[in-house]
Amino acid sequence: MNWARKDLLGLEELSKEELGLILATAESFKEVSTREIKKVPALRGKTVVNLFYEPSTRTRVSFEVAAKRLSADVINIATETSSVKKGETLIDTGRNIEALKADIIVMRHNFSGAAVMLSRHVSLSVVNAGDGWHEHPTQALLDIFTLKEKLGRIEGLNVSIVGDIAHSRVARSNIWGLTKLGARVTVCAPKLLIPPAIEEMGVNVTQDIDEALKNADAVNVLRMQFERDGETAFPKQLEYFKEFGITMERLKKAKKDIIVMHPGPINRGIEMSSAVADGAHSVILEQVTNGIAVRMAVLFLVAQANEKIKNENTD
Amino acid sequence: MREKAKILDKDAIARTIIRIAHEIVERNKGIDNLCLVGIRNRGVYLAQRLAACIKNIEGQDVLTGSLDITLYRDDLALASGQPLVRKTEIDFDINAKNLVLVDDVLYTGRTVRAALDALVDFGRPKSIQLAVLVDRGHRELPVRADYAGKNIPTSKDETVEVRLEETEGRDEVVIIEKG
Amino acid sequence: MKILIKSGRVIDPANKIDGIMDLLVEDNKISKIARNIKPEADKIIAAENKMVLPGLVDMHVHLREPGREDKETVCSGTQAALRGGVTSLLAMPNTTPAVDSVGHLKILQEAIKKGSRANVFICAAITQDRCGQEINDLTSLKKEGVVAISDDGASVDSDAVMLKAFQRAKEEKLLVICHSEDKELSRQGVVNLGFTSTRLGLRGISAESEYKRVTRDITLAKETGARVHIAHVSCQESVEIISRAKKGGVKVTCETAPHYFAFNEAAVLGYDTNFKMNPPLRSKEDMLAIRKALGDGTIDVIASDHAPHTENEKDIEFERAECGVVGLETELAASITELVGNNLFSWEGLVRAMSLNPSRILGISKGTLSAGADADIIVVDPDKAWVVRKEDFLSKSQNSPFLGRSLKGYVEYTFCQGKVHKWNS
Repeated sequence: MNWARKDLLGLEELSKEELGLILATAESFKEVSTREIKKVPALRGKTVVNLFYEPSTRTRVSFEVAAKRLSADVINIATETSSVKKGETLIDTGRNIEALKADIIVMRHNFSGAAVMLSRHVSLSVVNAGDGWHEHPTQALLDIFTLKEKLGRIEGLNVSIVGDIAHSRVARSNIWGLTKLGARVTVCAPKLLIPPAIEEMGVNVTQDIDEALKNADAVNVLRMQFERDGETAFPKQLEYFKEFGITMERLKKAKKDIIVMHPGPINRGIEMSSAVADGAHSVILEQVTNGIAVRMAVLFLVAQANEKIKNENTD
Repeated sequence: MREKAKILDKDAIARTIIRIAHEIVERNKGIDNLCLVGIRNRGVYLAQRLAACIKNIEGQDVLTGSLDITLYRDDLALASGQPLVRKTEIDFDINAKNLVLVDDVLYTGRTVRAALDALVDFGRPKSIQLAVLVDRGHRELPVRADYAGKNIPTSKDETVEVRLEETEGRDEVVIIEKG
Repeated sequence: MKILIKSGRVIDPANKIDGIMDLLVEDNKISKIARNIKPEADKIIAAENKMVLPGLVDMHVHLREPGREDKETVCSGTQAALRGGVTSLLAMPNTTPAVDSVGHLKILQEAIKKGSRANVFICAAITQDRCGQEINDLTSLKKEGVVAISDDGASVDSDAVMLKAFQRAKEEKLLVICHSEDKELSRQGVVNLGFTSTRLGLRGISAESEYKRVTRDITLAKETGARVHIAHVSCQESVEIISRAKKGGVKVTCETAPHYFAFNEAAVLGYDTNFKMNPPLRSKEDMLAIRKALGDGTIDVIASDHAPHTENEKDIEFERAECGVVGLETELAASITELVGNNLFSWEGLVRAMSLNPSRILGISKGTLSAGADADIIVVDPDKAWVVRKEDFLSKSQNSPFLGRSLKGYVEYTFCQGKVHKWNS
């Protein structure tokens, strides 16, 4: 199959085949980062703009490294330094970036649906680097890529996602991606952090961490954000750790080689103990490495598709 | 689309590969310092066949790798004809080697140009030679094959299709007429 | 000046008329409805295969004047109304300043005098600046001509204040129109609470936030004996509560808007802000319950909740975008398409819900084709399909959920107090 989308906005809209294509492409790109010269000219002359309305070091750096390994030029725009503060609308900002003849906007935004909206108003490619509570497709893709690399498959795996599901774009993208590829997904969180009707996304729900770990091949642990405007059900961090934190004791009761993932940055002693984070189950740093390959694949595929769309329009 | 003519059949392909293998050994005076790199997709299988022939001649394995040039193409949109970016696998040091690049068809020369760019990222071979099963002309770049199985004059409206056991289930080379 | 509308299907539920007849307008009044009126008129409109209906009465319209003339003015809003077949409308008071005093009322009345092309009735605010605290001088407002009160866009949160408001309304014989929403429950939601809000990663608005407040408003109306009208009913529970109250003898009426029977929450999945309104589009089950309640008469009125917004306020991130959609120019066609077209409504039912019932609820002498009444009449081609396009709107704003859709039913003529407007596509 061929990739035909100029944008990557979320995993909900992707088919199983499209997900497979990104993962397979990422596999090829992983080799590039192992070379002495970690660079290919695939996106030479292309400009990637990282447009970040929310502070994020990891995702932005990962995209920047990915773009640079493809020989693209990278421009970073953060809200603090841009005209966004002066009240420019998102569409105006997008059109301005388009007028600079950039080719791809990688956007992080605090409002759900922002990437979808932007993509409707610009002809350049839009890659969603996280929008509100909606989706964070490349994070989920790198999680899935890492799982597949470790376990050889996705189909039939039991994957548990633990933490603030209600406010997590990482959870949503993982759920869409994993279920499409045939994994069984369980979400585990305090009741108030489970969004309504989440079962309709095809997942099991539990509030018992041991239950969530019991048959899991992998557990994806979300970052808890206690600072969020009084919405978190667990005011006390230690209390959360006691009830939901991943510890070695808990893992002893799980499958012997259960994989522990975390999108980072980790709150040690809140979501998981240091022993778990640094232990043999953890693939957290491999996730970071794989993030580059996945993002290279995504940037390459959307750029290629958009080039084709533009050529067809001028024909 | 119409098959116009069969240029090479199974036996002819086998003979051609043996001949090229001999030429490679002769030109490089043995196989010390020699390595083969096939361009994805069919070049890889041709390189493997050449390696097998060379082993028959010299009694020794020759280093063989594969190269995906998608990321080095000069036209992104054209590359989208390729369904998938595949892995490059060169598990040996190419520095100071006599490297033979292997592909199925030599046409505009742009694939070879991309392959040369890619190889530069992996090291500095002593020499790079080019082996192709078919040279069909119409070069757009100053590229020439060191070893060509068969020269076939074609028109631009035609395509040359190399079919291999490993990819299509049979060995043959045909000319297809478009339109 | 005599105008004869010839051979249309005349429907006037107030006078139990439904048949192919002629209608004569004389000196801006309806003079006669009969078969085969002699064609001695200054102008004859051939209405074969057309519907001849009383002009629509839309009891929920935001004209935005004074204060937000960039969104709509009395002039543009009433032109849009006529285009949509609406000859009378109720202007909601959430303007800047709000219609909360005689002084502010005069500003609006002045604007109406200058710019209005249709019959505009006025709904005043219940409380000062619609803040839910100080009840306005309802006696003076009534005397100056307001026909209803509402803090629309907001609900009076305090039970004590609302009780007092109902008591005062009862004394003044004023209708209370309730925007029933408990903001503590709806929080900062932007879409229906449920799978849709989860899927989109947006804050949800529960049905509970609506029906709990509907229950309270009806309870207070019952206690005080005041007349209450529940605006923009969107969910099944509200319908059931209202139905029970009606059966129990409470003086309650209610309305819904076309978007609540034409769409459900699935429409929001692309983050299109033209489907963002308050209350939000609910589930498919809710949508079907609304349709059913229209059919069985539990819901009395279809009103547009015409809420014009500029592109700057709509074409932005979903959470930041304003709530509401324009509706004056599409409500009739949407209702014909969705309700009459699906056999949920007869033409007579349609005229009741969009003309007769709102007139009776507001206590205005509209909604009929009685001899001697103002000539507020529309001639509608029931079969003509048209596509809703931005560039065809007369409203200053084009934030319509029906954009790009094909609707059936086209207003060919609007008579407003005898003045004829002919519309071409």
